[in-house]
Amino acid sequence: MTTIDIVHVLPGLLGTYGDAGNVAVLAHRARQRGYAVRILDVHPGDPVPAHADVYLIGGGEDVAQVRAVELLRADDGLSIAVAVGAPVLAVCAGMQIMGEWFQDRTGQRIEGLGILDLRTTRRQIRAVGDVVARIVGLPGEVAEHDLIGFENHQGATELGDGILPLAQVRVGIGNGAGSAVEGVVAGTVIGTYLHGPVLALNPALADHLLTSVLGPLEPLPDGHVREFRRARARRAGVTFE
Amino acid sequence: MKGSPLSAARLTVARLLGAAAGWASRATGRGEGETLPGVLILRLAPDALARLSANRSTTLISGTNGKSTTTALIVTALGRPTTTNPLGANVASGVVTALAASSQRTTVLEVDELSLRRIASDTRAHLIVAMNLTRDQLDRAGEVGRIERDWHRTFAESGAHVIANAADPLVVSAVGDAPATWVDPGWSWPGDSMVCPACTELLTRVEGRWFCTCGLHQPTANYRVEGTTLVLPDGSRLPIEVPLPGRVNVANMAFAVATVAHHGVSAQDALARCANVREVSGRYSTIEVGGRPALLMLAKNPAGWAAALDMLRPDDAVVFSVNAQLLDGADTSWLWDVSFEEFGGRVVGAHGHNRHDLALRLEVAGADPRVDADIDAVARQLPKADRLVVLATYTSFRELRRRR
Repeated sequence: MTTIDIVHVLPGLLGTYGDAGNVAVLAHRARQRGYAVRILDVHPGDPVPAHADVYLIGGGEDVAQVRAVELLRADDGLSIAVAVGAPVLAVCAGMQIMGEWFQDRTGQRIEGLGILDLRTTRRQIRAVGDVVARIVGLPGEVAEHDLIGFENHQGATELGDGILPLAQVRVGIGNGAGSAVEGVVAGTVIGTYLHGPVLALNPALADHLLTSVLGPLEPLPDGHVREFRRARARRAGVTFE
Repeated sequence: MKGSPLSAARLTVARLLGAAAGWASRATGRGEGETLPGVLILRLAPDALARLSANRSTTLISGTNGKSTTTALIVTALGRPTTTNPLGANVASGVVTALAASSQRTTVLEVDELSLRRIASDTRAHLIVAMNLTRDQLDRAGEVGRIERDWHRTFAESGAHVIANAADPLVVSAVGDAPATWVDPGWSWPGDSMVCPACTELLTRVEGRWFCTCGLHQPTANYRVEGTTLVLPDGSRLPIEVPLPGRVNVANMAFAVATVAHHGVSAQDALARCANVREVSGRYSTIEVGGRPALLMLAKNPAGWAAALDMLRPDDAVVFSVNAQLLDGADTSWLWDVSFEEFGGRVVGAHGHNRHDLALRLEVAGADPRVDADIDAVARQLPKADRLVVLATYTSFRELRRRR
């Protein structure tokens, strides 16, 4: 049986908003299709495996984020994984960490991992609330799909010229750096500010990640997810699929 | 308290209007009787909180989980008339309502973590119980770290004596050098204290005690819980036999004992007085669901759910009920920080406005959720069991507790 290795980067530091759920959802969806799953938690002091199948990095509070980037800067596993084309999903603080730099809560610039061409400054007001955004940065099955999630961040993330946002915002704030875009796509790396968790609310995105590793996948019934999305969309004031 | 006759008169008028509003609210069943009077009073007399606190001995209880229960235990253990807010209205408006309703000098109030600084200052509380700080309603709170910093300023400014949780690094950091009595509740939820709040290094935990290279460490406890035994400052040991279930309530009782000691109540008397506390404002009460009795429990966030799940038995029939209204927190991502995996292979009930969020979580955890907006319909789909338990978030709990 084919086994898929999922790396969960620093779950104890970067997991304040339930983003461990992204790992659970990905694993569940792979197992439902008959694949075996190995979840590799990278704790402080562990090296980041360079050759796993997919990498998930969640969001965390300010102090934990600073500690996390210091730990990751001392390791090149994630950079190698990106260089060899492994899919990465980085949420909130996870996305900020992968950029050039970000501002901590005192306004000081903290050096990021330099993997993504983006920079994050601190917003005046926290961006909190439902987000609905149409995917513009990904091709195939998931193109034009409506992402739905919940944002809760004080970062304003500005993307470099060469990289695309993940989605166009219909409801909510998104990256918060001036234009109504959300997240980032750069090669096989996807960044987003959406919690929910994002893969729980957007199985199409979860399957996009899995397909890039496992090839074409049978659809799943997803009854509960449909109702979940419908209710959230209603709350956000939109209707869609 | 000094002040102009005009402001005193304004307060009198405000109290009369507040009392009338509270009466009207209860009479029409609108259920805001615990806060509406306070809202009105504060609007008319903004200094009401300080004025109404004059000539009182005030104890405040705050923290993410356990406030209401511990407040009730303290009131019971004191064994004397008190001013308190038993229905949990714990921001300024609720506190003012409670103060306006009673002139009993001994005042024991639960206070929301985000309101502690203001209320501690205005009431000039001399005793504050700092129970724990973990993630809860992050859409409202922002970051737990921010609450810790706010508390730190509170304890530095207030001069109050703090009854504080030694096992919680965020509480210890917040207390700083303020005078404190340390309580070790025997367990904690470490999810929000991986990193030292003082210096950002990773915390180390050895044999159940935490410490940091910067010097911040778990203080030696004055009161310590070992299983269901409370160890007192003089080393003597007492069994804690409170009918409330679970180790979390053993811990709550320990905080209550440590607190009432400052009011001259012995540990033996405190425990004896609390020996018949079986429910607290609906928590652990028995309601009717699907034609059978059910134990109703409240849990609001990952730490609280971990404690509640710990109280369930493998042969219980269980209904989870989740809302995401304003008072619950609008985002349900926290469900994925709860170990529902222990329900793998079991049929469980999923109820509440956000039952679909919950159903997905349960399905991914390997459980078999039965989903319905009608809790009686949900319960009827569960296997026969000796005990039916309903575990609900706040606004759902509030509705369900009326089903007696």
